[in-house]
Amino acid sequence: MRLLTHNMLSSNIKGVTSGFPLRLEVEKVVEKQVDFNADFLNNMFVKIEWKALVDASRAMGYADLPDQTEPSMLDSDEFLKKFHHALLELHLEEGALICPETGRRFPVNKGIPNMLLHEDEV
Amino acid sequence: MSSRIAQIRLVSSHPEVYEPCDDSFALVDALLADRTNLLEHHPKLCMEVGCGSGYVITSLALMLGQNALGVQYLATDINPHSVRVTSETLEAHGVHADLICTDIASGLEKRMARLVDVMVVNPPYVPTPEDEVGRQGIASSWAGGENGRTVIDKILPIADNLLSDKGWLYMVTLTANNPSQICLQMRERGYAARIVVQRSTEEESLHVIKFWRDADIQVEEKETVLMNKTVPARAMEYLLSQYPQASLW
Repeated sequence: MRLLTHNMLSSNIKGVTSGFPLRLEVEKVVEKQVDFNADFLNNMFVKIEWKALVDASRAMGYADLPDQTEPSMLDSDEFLKKFHHALLELHLEEGALICPETGRRFPVNKGIPNMLLHEDEV
Repeated sequence: MSSRIAQIRLVSSHPEVYEPCDDSFALVDALLADRTNLLEHHPKLCMEVGCGSGYVITSLALMLGQNALGVQYLATDINPHSVRVTSETLEAHGVHADLICTDIASGLEKRMARLVDVMVVNPPYVPTPEDEVGRQGIASSWAGGENGRTVIDKILPIADNLLSDKGWLYMVTLTANNPSQICLQMRERGYAARIVVQRSTEEESLHVIKFWRDADIQVEEKETVLMNKTVPARAMEYLLSQYPQASLW
């Protein structure tokens, strides 16, 4: 699971009101190179919850994203490359996603989060 | 130049995962038939709900290309075996999609609302007793409840929520699902529809329908819903009027 997907994913347990962002429990991270595409990044920038991306990338061992952003940063290639790396090249291969409200653990195995709920959570 | 799609010999399998079959081929053929439009559409985010073996999402990723064009792919399935098999199929073809094991798009609906530019769905459309819906394993790939509509009717509002303003939905339906009524329901949500592929096999008659948001429809529909209660007949007429545009096989 990449951080693009992490940024789109919330805890889906019934009754949970603030299920985002899911906290990362990291056992194994893999990096896979992805072709750089500035259009995609420019387009996604406004849709990304920045703090969630920064915190998740740090949990994965990547500390180069700035805490604060402003739209003018999109003119900087250096910034875009860091954004690209954090969003698309880091994969949580083994670990878990933790619901920020209930502490429920959603396992991630072979890069795939399992968000299936138990009957009493639906 | 013929376009690349997933190769059957590279599609992974598992006893509890639905193998590519006529419906999967019809959906990929529909995407191929519409490929030029899809490329001009410049989607950023493509999603498959119920990815099964991964044949369709892999084909889509091969067809539209990946990173250089800035297209990202996401696929879900309720069957844990399916997402694993899909990841093997993707890898065997050298393409990537993020995968989530979840019910339709559960967990994605808040943050991914209005972000999906292309959604493809080959839903569990087979009419079955209602209690067969929601069973684990391979049954989740076909058991569709009454008229095969139970899961389809859950997917449609979710698709409406996730699709971007320019979002397109491609969905496989069976005649028994009453596709004209599905089109009418989507029309009430502001979508136009077109049959991209129609195919009859010995066992079933399949349609792949493409839906897209049409600003004119909403205005028009508000008036007609108030004035005219006999809409189902009108919907059928509407669907048939789309027929000349459909690709016939």
